[in-house]
Amino acid sequence: MPESHDPAFKGRREQPLPIRIVHWCNAVFLILMAGSGLQILAAYPYLGPRGAQYRWYPLQGTSPPMWMRIGGWLGGGRHWHFAIAWFFVLNGIFYVSYFFLSGEWRRRMFRPWHDTYGAIAQFLYYLRIRRTEPPVDFYNGLQRLAYSSVIIFGVVMVLSGLAIYKPVQLHFLTLLFGGYDGARVVHLAGLCLFAMFLVAHLVLVSMHPREILNMITGGHRE
Amino acid sequence: MSSLITRRKFIVAATAASLLAGCDTHPIKGFLGAMKDWNEKFEGFVYSPTRLAPELPVSDTTPESAFPAYFVSDTVPTVPQNWTLSVSGLVERELVLTLDQLQKMTRTDVRLRHHCVEGWSAVASWHGVRVSDIAKLAGLKPGVKYVEFNSFDEDYFSSWDLASAMHPQTVLAYGMNGHPLGSDHGAPLRVYSAIKLGYKMCKYLTEVNFLPNKTGGYWEDQGYDWFGGV
Repeated sequence: MPESHDPAFKGRREQPLPIRIVHWCNAVFLILMAGSGLQILAAYPYLGPRGAQYRWYPLQGTSPPMWMRIGGWLGGGRHWHFAIAWFFVLNGIFYVSYFFLSGEWRRRMFRPWHDTYGAIAQFLYYLRIRRTEPPVDFYNGLQRLAYSSVIIFGVVMVLSGLAIYKPVQLHFLTLLFGGYDGARVVHLAGLCLFAMFLVAHLVLVSMHPREILNMITGGHRE
Repeated sequence: MSSLITRRKFIVAATAASLLAGCDTHPIKGFLGAMKDWNEKFEGFVYSPTRLAPELPVSDTTPESAFPAYFVSDTVPTVPQNWTLSVSGLVERELVLTLDQLQKMTRTDVRLRHHCVEGWSAVASWHGVRVSDIAKLAGLKPGVKYVEFNSFDEDYFSSWDLASAMHPQTVLAYGMNGHPLGSDHGAPLRVYSAIKLGYKMCKYLTEVNFLPNKTGGYWEDQGYDWFGGV
């Protein structure tokens, strides 16, 4: 990972300790949330209310495979989901606070006016359409886009989850997602986005294994 | 309950219970148990006694054939002869109400979205008497904190926090979608509420007990959350 050329980061590791802790906690929490969420989905593997299930959803009635589920039964899945949700949220709040207070946002956050071109160029480079790698700062435009938008996925997951959990008490949230069954759609779509993020993330870090090491040791100091 | 439980009946019941719940008993202990207790406190914290669920237009009604109906007995529980509802516990006046008497009380109609623990929702109209009206009639003594609903569907029951039971959209329903309650939906009388998951809404009612102490419930005792609010 190239240096950020920002004097504010002098002496700071590429992956400071708080980010490494949050990252690996998040990896565990996301697996537990996804597995327990699929266990809950298995009890009613449909989208849309009774008597008016959505025709566009191709997986109506398809239960998630057993190996993907965590909790063993509906109640167990619910207890895991609602227990880990707190830690997932606290971890997220800690990360976003650190992200802004430490100044890390300057070398990580996607700035649309500044990074859009770089993100597209990097994407074309990965697709072998562009021959030369675009000039890279600490993170390239595509990394900034991915690691910033995944924070927004997380916020949407928490809000749509709350809308399903308390559709009457938090009715304003449920309305925001088009009602209870709309919130279930958003919540499942969010899981799909997380899964796609994970696949892309694993493919790309396996192409740059030093990044995996950096997320453990912190990497060198700038 | 009958003390003559045959071996076959026991096996059938145990199999049914394990199929429904995934396993026979689920004591929730340790980390998950602590988080379950924490979440029940959180549920009580976000519950507002004055927040109403939206009343829905008639066009949102789910076709009745698509509205699931659950009971725990082997066959649809049928109404016992001379059925009455008894209201007891910490009350000034213990009541024994016939269906006719209930139907002469102030009628409350609601059309609400039903939220099942399994994740599905459905809409129906329900006609009945507010639990708070029953409480007024019986006169609650100080110290009542919980309400227990009992049924003639085997040993199905559920206990509630008093605040949720007193919600204006918590009723004892004798009618559904403009007709008398069907046997599959809990005839002659069932709990219906905007603010609880389906398993809290005890069907085939026999008793309403106003209690100072918390009791469990059919699904609650098998590990489902006791508060079960939505």
